Amino acid sequence: VTVVFYISALVAVLATVMVVTRSNAVHALLYLIVSLLSVAMVFYALGAPFVAALEIIIYAGAIMVLFVFVVMMLNVTASQARERLWLAPRGWIGPAVLAAVLAGELFYTLVGGEFSTPPTAMIAPQQVGATLFGPYVLGVELASLLLLAALVGAFHLGRQEPTATQGRSHHDNGAC
Amino acid sequence: MTTAPVEHGLLLAAMLFGLGLLGVLVRRNLLFLLMSVEIMLNAAGLAFVAAGSRWQQPDGQVMFLFILTMAAAEVAVGLALILCLHRCGKTIDADAASKMRG
Repeated sequence: VTVVFYISALVAVLATVMVVTRSNAVHALLYLIVSLLSVAMVFYALGAPFVAALEIIIYAGAIMVLFVFVVMMLNVTASQARERLWLAPRGWIGPAVLAAVLAGELFYTLVGGEFSTPPTAMIAPQQVGATLFGPYVLGVELASLLLLAALVGAFHLGRQEPTATQGRSHHDNGAC
Repeated sequence: MTTAPVEHGLLLAAMLFGLGLLGVLVRRNLLFLLMSVEIMLNAAGLAFVAAGSRWQQPDGQVMFLFILTMAAAEVAVGLALILCLHRCGKTIDADAASKMRG
C-alpha cells in the first residue's frame, strides 16, 4: 500500500508542477486531470475509497468538463492548423506517461492481490453517510443553499443580454 | 495491513498547496488562477482526509464532501465571471480586471 501511495504522490506533485508552468491552457488541463486522478489514488491508499470515487466522478469528471468547455468557448476561432497543432505528440505525451504510471499501479493492485482484502484501517462509505446525515445534516442543507446560489449566480452572469438598441448595447452589458 | 503514514499525506497536501499558491502568485491568466485555486482546495481536502484516516473518524471525509461542494460552486461562478470578462474586454488577464469602474 505504501508503494502505491508514494508513486501516486510523486505523480501528483509532477503533474501539479506541470500545471502551473504550462502556457497552453489545454495542456495544463490535461495535467490537472492526471493530478486529480493520482490524488484519488492517494485517497484510496489512505483508506478512503468513497472519497476517491467522488474525486474522480466530480472533480476529474464534472468540474474538469466545465473547464474544458470554457477553454473551448474562449477561442472559438480555432482553425485546422491549430487542431493539428493540438494533436502533436508534444501536447499529450506527458499526461499520457503519467496516466500510464497510474494505470500500471491499478494493474499492480488488481493482479498483485495486495488490495484483495481491504485494509483494516479503511473507513466504509456507510460510516461516512451516517455521519453526513447525522451530526452534519445542517451542513448538508447549507451546501444545498450554496449550490442554489451558485446556480442562480452563474446563470445571471452567463446570460446573453438581448441587445435591443445597438447604440446602447455596450451599456446594456453592465453586469460584466 | 496498514495504510500510508499520515505525516506523508500531510506533507503531500502541503506540497500541493504550495504549488497551487505559487500558481496563484505567478500566473496572470484568470483560467490558470482558477486552476491553481482548485489545486489548493484539493490539497486542503487531502489534509482533511489524511487526518480523518489517522484518527479513524469519518468526519474528515465529510469535510472533504463540503469542500467538493464549495469548489463546484466556486468554479461555476468563476468560469461565468471569466466568460463575462472575456465577452466585454476580450481579455482574460487578471490585471485588466483592475481597470473596471462602476
